[in-house]
Amino acid sequence: MPEAVLPAETAAVPARSEATWLRIWREFAESRGAVVALGGVILVILAALLAPLLAPQDPYDLRQLDILSNLLPPGSKSAAGYTHWLGTDDQGRDMFSGILYGLRISLGVGVMSGVIALLVGMTIGLFAAYAGGRVESFIMRVVDVQLSFPAVLVALILLAVLGRGAEKIVLALVIVQWAYYARTVRASALVELNKEYVAAARCLAFGPGRILFRHILPNCLPPLLVVGTIQTAHAIALEATLSFVGVGMPLTEPSLGRLIANGYQYMLSGKYWISVFPGIALLIAIASINLVGDQLRDILNPRLRR
Amino acid sequence: MTVFIIRRLMQSVVVLFAMSAIVFFGVYVVGNPVEILIAPDADEAERARAMKALGLDRPVWAQYLAFVENALGVDLGKSFVFGISAIELILQRMPATFELVIVSFVIAIGLGIPLGMYAGYKPNSAGAKTIMAGSILGFSLPTFWVGLMLILTFAVSATEWQTWLGVPPALQFQLPAGGRGPEGSVLGVQSSLFTWSGLGHLFLPALNLALFKLALVIRLTRAGMRETMLLDYVKYARAKGLSMRRVVLVHVLKNIMIPIVTVLGLELGSQIAFAVVTETVFAWPGMGKLIIDSIDKLDRPVIVAYLLVIVVLFIIINLVVDVLYSILDPRVRLAAKA
Repeated sequence: MPEAVLPAETAAVPARSEATWLRIWREFAESRGAVVALGGVILVILAALLAPLLAPQDPYDLRQLDILSNLLPPGSKSAAGYTHWLGTDDQGRDMFSGILYGLRISLGVGVMSGVIALLVGMTIGLFAAYAGGRVESFIMRVVDVQLSFPAVLVALILLAVLGRGAEKIVLALVIVQWAYYARTVRASALVELNKEYVAAARCLAFGPGRILFRHILPNCLPPLLVVGTIQTAHAIALEATLSFVGVGMPLTEPSLGRLIANGYQYMLSGKYWISVFPGIALLIAIASINLVGDQLRDILNPRLRR
Repeated sequence: MTVFIIRRLMQSVVVLFAMSAIVFFGVYVVGNPVEILIAPDADEAERARAMKALGLDRPVWAQYLAFVENALGVDLGKSFVFGISAIELILQRMPATFELVIVSFVIAIGLGIPLGMYAGYKPNSAGAKTIMAGSILGFSLPTFWVGLMLILTFAVSATEWQTWLGVPPALQFQLPAGGRGPEGSVLGVQSSLFTWSGLGHLFLPALNLALFKLALVIRLTRAGMRETMLLDYVKYARAKGLSMRRVVLVHVLKNIMIPIVTVLGLELGSQIAFAVVTETVFAWPGMGKLIIDSIDKLDRPVIVAYLLVIVVLFIIINLVVDVLYSILDPRVRLAAKA
């Protein structure tokens, strides 16, 4: 008799959802910094999605690159008539265009690996919580060992083994990050498993798959959302770091990290713009995602709820 | 306690063997170093001779067995590139990395604990809010980018902004952009810490490496401070007439040190790993720079040896932290005795 057990919740479901979103937004907007950061996230996503429309030049089209206009400082006029607001790099590539396309790659890799790691980690975590016993303790031991090694190192070694390329970075980032999701989901699933609605669902002879994904999972989503946001920011930073040390994206598809690495050698001779501007773009992306994640954690954390 | 340590050691041996197998097969299945190391115009006979010399003509499992056998005698093979023992190569580079890691820890602790205590003691002051905002930056800025900015500010354009600020040329400073300074010797210990030029070279990379841990120490100290200040023994000490200064600096500090020591101990290992990035940015000739160069050249013995050295370091560090923890926290020590 689920209705008898949970009268308030069952009754509130249809009316609740709109009011909940409104409440979440109001609590989120209490911090002005978080709202600005959300604006930053939207801006970065739009810039990445609309890169081909916004960029004056296609940085991958070698015919558009003019080697004679390489290393121009910010504000120089290009041969084609537009202004290089952020200068050009050693190949004569417009930095503004390079950054927009680089942002596309960085965000793409970060979000892709975040989503896959979330799905993998979530499934494993739910399974561990449901299975219990030896299976659970084995999985959690693997998680512990995995998390005791620093992510940079593990990813570095994986890429040394796998080689370069976007799909290999995604794979390495998923291997590095799934454990965070598994741990988070297992912790909240264990709490949920003891609740009465799960017992009710079991009495109705629902299968484990249905109980786990239809009933328990929705209640584990808030912490998962927070971890997902922050881990995506980590994934972007990690990809940039790996590309910077030279094991990440290949030169033909420069992500922000690769652009920064590329400008590093010129920075010592005072040509700062090749490294600094992609760095600022990277910074805006990472810092705003982190701030949004922080605020989400604060409003979704029941312990801090007033 | 002894049983505990022995059990931990046995677990560690298992982890070590598993890691060595994973690493060895992973690294040796990919790529063919022959193609990188032997000139492309070499003829078949030359290739065969080189492969024999490097031991690459044998099957992978035989190579692994030879590797395990040698590893037990602390011989992890010769570097393809340098031609000397891989483990020796790593041990040569290790002091430079340790120097960097230790100085960065000193910076993180020396600045982080006072700042964190202040932020926890007066949580609503403007100073505390600035410190906390700064610590968020420390968490979210990628290390390599901060390193670049440090180089840009203090090495590349140091003279420009100081002239702009009106600092007379005699007082202006400029730090080196990379590399390690000359070594000095004190009491038989060789280190670049003992020369002025060495310290100058060390400052920027150590600061760079310290920033992430600094943010962490600030947050931990602040959280511990805020929790501890509410406890009864603090009120009791105040009621007994001790000065606030003494309560905070002696009684509270001792208690908040426990979680800080634990976390920092565990972070020591990750700091050695993070040094990879900082060493690359600052061209610091440590283990991290070595592993990046080795990955670039597919110098497999060095990669495998580096990983095993790191795993051993991690195991030792974790063990030491566990033991230290029980010494610092009387509750753990007494529970172990009972």
